[in-house]
Amino acid sequence: MQAHQRMLDSTPDGLTSSEPPLLRTIGLSKRYGDFLANDAIDIDIRPGEIHALLGENGAGKSTLVKAIYGLIQPSAGEIRWQGQPVVLSGPSEARSLGIGMVFQHFSLFDNLTVAENVALGLDGKESFKDMSARLEQVSKTYGLPLDPRREVWQLSVGERQRIEIVRALMQDPKFLILDEPTAVLTPQEADQLFIVLERLKAEGRAVLYISHKLEEVKRLCDTATILRGGRKVETCNPRRETAASLARMMVGGDIKEVKAASGRKTTVPRLVVNDLSLAPAEAHGVRLEHISFELKGGEILGIAGVAGNGQDELFAALSGERLSKDPGTIVIEGIAAGHLSITRRRKLGAAFVPEERLGHGTAPRMKLSENALLTGHAASGMVHHGFIDTAATLKTVDRATETFDVRKAKRDPEAASLSGGNLQKFIVGREILRNPAVLVVSQPTWGVDAGAAAVIRQALLDLATAGAAVLVTSQDLDELTEIADRIAVMFHGKLSAPLATREASREKLGLLMGGSSLEPKEASHAVGA
Amino acid sequence: MQLVLEKRAERSGAIALVSPLIAIGLTIVTMVILFAILGKNPLLALHAYFIAPLTDGYSLQEIAVKATPLVMIAIGLSLCYLANAWNIGAEGQFLIGAVAGSWIAVKTQGTDAGAWVLPAMLVLAAAAGALYALMPAICKVKFGASEILTSLMLVYVADLFLDYLVRGPWRDPQGFNFPTTAEFDPVATVPLLIEGGRLHLGSIIALLVVAAAAILLGRTIKGFEIRVVGAAPRAARFGGFNANQLTILTFAVSGALAGLAGIIEVAGPVGHLQPGISPGYGFTAIIVAFLGRLNPLGILIAGLFLALTFIGGEQAQIAMKIPLDVTKVFQGILLFYVLACDSLILYRFKLSFPNRQVARGTH
Repeated sequence: MQAHQRMLDSTPDGLTSSEPPLLRTIGLSKRYGDFLANDAIDIDIRPGEIHALLGENGAGKSTLVKAIYGLIQPSAGEIRWQGQPVVLSGPSEARSLGIGMVFQHFSLFDNLTVAENVALGLDGKESFKDMSARLEQVSKTYGLPLDPRREVWQLSVGERQRIEIVRALMQDPKFLILDEPTAVLTPQEADQLFIVLERLKAEGRAVLYISHKLEEVKRLCDTATILRGGRKVETCNPRRETAASLARMMVGGDIKEVKAASGRKTTVPRLVVNDLSLAPAEAHGVRLEHISFELKGGEILGIAGVAGNGQDELFAALSGERLSKDPGTIVIEGIAAGHLSITRRRKLGAAFVPEERLGHGTAPRMKLSENALLTGHAASGMVHHGFIDTAATLKTVDRATETFDVRKAKRDPEAASLSGGNLQKFIVGREILRNPAVLVVSQPTWGVDAGAAAVIRQALLDLATAGAAVLVTSQDLDELTEIADRIAVMFHGKLSAPLATREASREKLGLLMGGSSLEPKEASHAVGA
Repeated sequence: MQLVLEKRAERSGAIALVSPLIAIGLTIVTMVILFAILGKNPLLALHAYFIAPLTDGYSLQEIAVKATPLVMIAIGLSLCYLANAWNIGAEGQFLIGAVAGSWIAVKTQGTDAGAWVLPAMLVLAAAAGALYALMPAICKVKFGASEILTSLMLVYVADLFLDYLVRGPWRDPQGFNFPTTAEFDPVATVPLLIEGGRLHLGSIIALLVVAAAAILLGRTIKGFEIRVVGAAPRAARFGGFNANQLTILTFAVSGALAGLAGIIEVAGPVGHLQPGISPGYGFTAIIVAFLGRLNPLGILIAGLFLALTFIGGEQAQIAMKIPLDVTKVFQGILLFYVLACDSLILYRFKLSFPNRQVARGTH
C-alpha cells in the first residue's frame, strides 16, 4: 500500500489532462419512470483533484453520485474505474474498489459509541480493539479529533460528520465523495474541513465535492462540473470563473435580485418571547433555556445556528405544537399566548411555515385545496357551521398560484406531486395571503431552486414592509444577511443577543454558532436558575 | 430482467376503483383452486355462492338483512381506520350493544310498556357500545396500550358476559333450559318493512348512517380532520388537530354504531337474546371497510357483497356439502388480496432490464 501511495503522490496538478482519470462515466443516464434524472453525463475524476459537482436541487447531483457509489443502477451508460468498465452492484463493491462516501444525512446510531458506529460500517475482519486504535490514529493523523468512547447523541453535528469522514478514511479510499458537507457546519468548522480535504488531495486521493456554495467551490476546487436539469452543462476551472458566471451556468439565466424597501418603519412589538425555557419532548432533544427576544412590526429577525441546536424545539414552542405552562413566555400581538393552541395563535394573527414541506407543512397525499384548509380552517372563512367551503379553499390555491408563480400540472394536484420549490412557494403563499401580523418561518428556502428562493425571500421582505413581524430561522448565513435586520444565534438551546446585520460578520456569527463567548462566564444564568 | 415496484407521482384514481375488483377476481381464482382440491365442481360451487342467492326474492331480502349490521359496523370502523385508530373489537361492541338493549326488553317483558321501549333500547345499545369502545381508546391515549390488542381482547369478555346472562339471570323460564331469553314483546321488536318478509327498519337506519358518513367525510371540517390525522399525523398537529381526541371520538362513534347494529340484529331478525347472534359480523366488517376503500358508498356495496357470501355459503353447504368454514376462508383470502392490491394505487409494476453485459469490476 505504501508503494501505491507514493505512486499516487506523484500526481501533478489536477488539471493536467494527460493523467488518466481515476473514475470516468460515459453517457451515464438514469431514468425514473418518465423522468430522466441523469441524461448522458460524462465526467472525469483525476487522482489528486478536488472536483466540484455543482447544481441546483433536482439537477441530478445525488442521482449521479448514487450511481457512482453503487446505490442505484444506471439505466444506460457506463462507469470506468482506472480505465476498466465496472458494474457496481452495491456500495460494498464500490468501497472495495476504493470509493468512499460521506452522506449529507448521517447514518449513525445515537445510543452507540463512536467506535461502535465505525465498527458497524466496516467489514469487521479486525478486532474491535485494533479497530479502535486505528480509528484514533486516523483521526489524529487528519486532525479530526474524536473520542471513540463517547456516545453519538452527546456529539455536535460537526463531530458526527467527523465520524462519517473518519469511517470513510479508515477504508483508505482513493476517491472520496462528500455530499454538501458544509451545510451543517459553522464557517470555522468548514475551514477545518477544507484543510483535511487539501491534505487528502496532497496524498493523491480524488475528492468529489457536492455543493451549491459558489465561494467555497472557487476557493477549494480544481475542477467543477455543473449539472442542470439532469444534463451536464459544463466542466470548467472554477477559479477562472466568477460566482455570478457559475450561478448563471447552474440556473441557466440571471437570478432576480432581492430588493429590500428602503426605510422600513418598525412599529409596535408583535411577537415577544420572555425567558422561555422548555424541557425536550424526546430523548436526546434540546432543552430551550431562557430564550428572550422582541420582534416589532416591520422587522425581520434572523436566527442562525448549526442544525440541532434547538431550532426545531423553538419552532414547536412558538407555533403552539408544544405548549408552555407559563402563558407570559410567548406574547403575540400583546396577548399572552404560551398556553394557547396553534389554532388560537393563528386566530391572534400568527402564521407558521415549518422546515419540512412534506408531512409537516402539508399532508403529501392531499390536494392543495385541502392543504390550504389545513392551516386556513381557523381564521380564513373556509368553514361555515362545520361545513367546508370548497370554493374558498380553491380560491386560496388560485391566489397563491397567481401571486407566487406556483407551477403545477393541474388546478388542484396532490401536494407531493409538486417540486420542492413550487410547493414551498405554495406554503409560504398560503400563509402570507392570510395577512399575518407575525410570521414564523423555518428554513424558507431549504432545497429550493434559486428562482423560487428569490421569490420567497422577496415575499418575506414585502410582508415585513407591509408591517408584519417576521422571524426567519435558517442555516444559510447568506440568506439571513440578505433579508434580516438583526441576527441572533442559537447554540445548545440558548439564543444569543441579536446583532444588527451590518455588524454581524461571518466570523462573529461563526464564533457564536460554535458556542464561543455567548455570555461572560454564564453568571447571569446561575442567578436565574 | 427484474420486476420492480415503481412509485407513482400521484395516487391513481382509476386503480383505486379497480383494485377491489382485481382483489375479488384473484380471490375467485384462488377459490376455484380450493374447490377443485376439495373435490367439488368449481363452476357449480361458484354458482351456489354467487348466482343462486340472487335468483329468488327471499335470498335477496336475506342479503339486505345480513348486510345491515355489516355496513353499520364497517362505517364506524372506517372512521377509526381513516384516523389511524385500529378498532378490531367491533364484535365485542356489537355484543355489548345487544346485551344492553336487551336489558330493557327483558325488564319490560309482559308489562304494558308503550312505544318508548324500542327507541330506548336503541339509544342504550348505542351508548353501551360507545362506552365499551372507549375502554381501549382511553387506554391507548392515557397509557399507550395498543388498541389493537385491548379492543380484540374485550371481544371475548363481551362474548362470555352474554353467555352468562342467557344461561343465568335472563334465561327464559319456559325455554326448556335452552340458553336464551324469551321472545321479545312486539314493542321491543324492530318493525318489518314488508309484512311477512324479512326486511326490517334496520336497513333504512343503515342507509341513513351511510349518507351521514358520506356528508361527514366529504363536506365537514370534522371529516377533514379525521382524514388528515390518519394521512399525515404531523401535518395534522400543525393544522391544530388533536389525534388523541380524535381516537376517543372515532372509537366512541364506531362503538355506538356496532352497539346499535347489535340490538337491531337481536330485536329484529333474531327476536331474542342468545349466544351465537353474530356469525362474526364485527370481524367481517373489517373486510367490508377495506374492500369498500374506507368510503361510505364503497362500504355499502362491499357490505352487500360479503352478505352474499354468507348466504351463498349456506346454500353451498346445503346443496354441495361444502363446509360453512369455507366462507370464512373466502373472506380471509379476500382481505389479503384487498390489502395487497392497495399497493397498486401508489405503485406500479415495471419490468426493468439493467445492462448486465459489462464485466464485473475487480480490484
